[in-house]
Amino acid sequence: MAENVWILGIHMTKFGKHPDLDTVDLGAQAARGALGDAGLHMRDVGVLAAGNLMRAAASFGQQLQKQIGQTGIPVFNVANACATGATALRVAIMAIRAGEADVGLAVGVEKLSGAGLLAGGTTKEQGDTWSPQGRFGAVAPLDGRIGTETMPGVFAQIGMEYGHKYGGADFELFARISEKNHAHSTLNPLASYQKRFTLEQIMNDVMVAYPNTRPMCSANCDGGAAAVVVSESKLRTLSLEQQRRAVKISASVLTSDPWQEACQVLPDVNTLTRAAANQAYEQAGVGPDDLDLVELHDCFATAELVHYDNLRLCPPGGAVDFFNSGATWRDGTTPVNVSGGLESKGHPVSATGIANIWEIATHLRGEAGDRQIEGARVGLAHVIGLGSACGVHILEKAAA
Amino acid sequence: MSERVPLVDYLVLTGTPHLTAHECTACGARYFDRRNACAACEADVFRVVDVPTEGELRAFTIVSYAAPGIPVPFVAGVVDCGGTSVRANVVNVPADPEHVRVGMKLRLTTVPLGADAAGTEAVGFGFEPAG
Repeated sequence: MAENVWILGIHMTKFGKHPDLDTVDLGAQAARGALGDAGLHMRDVGVLAAGNLMRAAASFGQQLQKQIGQTGIPVFNVANACATGATALRVAIMAIRAGEADVGLAVGVEKLSGAGLLAGGTTKEQGDTWSPQGRFGAVAPLDGRIGTETMPGVFAQIGMEYGHKYGGADFELFARISEKNHAHSTLNPLASYQKRFTLEQIMNDVMVAYPNTRPMCSANCDGGAAAVVVSESKLRTLSLEQQRRAVKISASVLTSDPWQEACQVLPDVNTLTRAAANQAYEQAGVGPDDLDLVELHDCFATAELVHYDNLRLCPPGGAVDFFNSGATWRDGTTPVNVSGGLESKGHPVSATGIANIWEIATHLRGEAGDRQIEGARVGLAHVIGLGSACGVHILEKAAA
Repeated sequence: MSERVPLVDYLVLTGTPHLTAHECTACGARYFDRRNACAACEADVFRVVDVPTEGELRAFTIVSYAAPGIPVPFVAGVVDCGGTSVRANVVNVPADPEHVRVGMKLRLTTVPLGADAAGTEAVGFGFEPAG
């Protein structure tokens, strides 16, 4: 049995607009913040996993090393859509569990301010003659002509499908999920937006893809996050203060989407999330009832609803009743997205999968300030990248 | 009459317009695009099958922001055509949630997309309310 892996240091930059910082600046800020938090240096680190999507071919990890410390260690540049940060962390954890390193650094960064609408992969330029191209023999871009590949539209359908299957989910319900997350964000100084919206404001805002209005969509922004992870045997050589603040990674799971009928017509974000959650609960030896807080991938308000069910926070088909019970507000039984979630904290894609780990870890350490969930001992962080990839991590407070 | 081409090669315009799929001969999984092997069972023999032209709306959204050249708002959805899920626009219906509902019965129709420089007309498809 491989030994346990712990988060020794973790850092998240302010999410928002950083016009004066480039991708490497944000990465350096996150990485050096995490190293400082860990009480370690680059020369202590045995493996670096670096995630950045917008410049995925640019060897971001090596660029980062040149600003924070070139020590010759292996670098894994990873890209896995919106699960890129979680994938970087997973790579560092695997290296430690494999015994190839005892200290790993995972970094995720994105510059997305002003990026606008993000769409899927089959768009192409339209020429002046109709000529069939690609695997569909398409003579024109298909996005908008055969359904939609825009993210707000894809996730809108995912929420609508759930609502039709089980009933009770309408435009207002989805808007109320967004209302919750924006309310939570007012307590998070690192969030892109810390503004409370009324239900009416949310419902009357610009419609992007029904039923998702603008405040119900994740906010494109700039940000970085990084984590230093160590083996348990390494941790035991460190100071008592370092051991006290360390957070145990009780489960680290990454899945992709197994084949399902229709999964290539409308992405199936459910099956791989359920699989990841099941594996994570088994690895950690905890159940959904043990969770003191959850950060899940609310890239759109319609997505948050289905993941209540996928993560088994509620009985199958029970997500609407679960939300209506107030369970997922910060004073509820299973607080979800007390950071404000992607809708208000923001979604710099490659940073997201480490930033939500930072949120959980900060609560488990009792360092979350005004938004602290009192007595938090166990938390779950979930991300999904369309394509698809799902990361689930379960974290536990140090026993000491 | 000028030449016509389908928007995608799985739209058949001759006779009654309909969609076709590549069906795995081993497990029955269906795909609209060209396949190297079956994602469900790894077999690599496919046959072309016709997809029913009538179905039921399983999920939809009304898109207000789209790629350049796409008229908005439009209705995008997934249509269950006798067990085969099809991605398509829902057309010939007002693009508002009062007129579009999950579960509504739909049928395939063609949508003209205009002519290119050589005068060839491209034809797409959508699903419209059936009765």
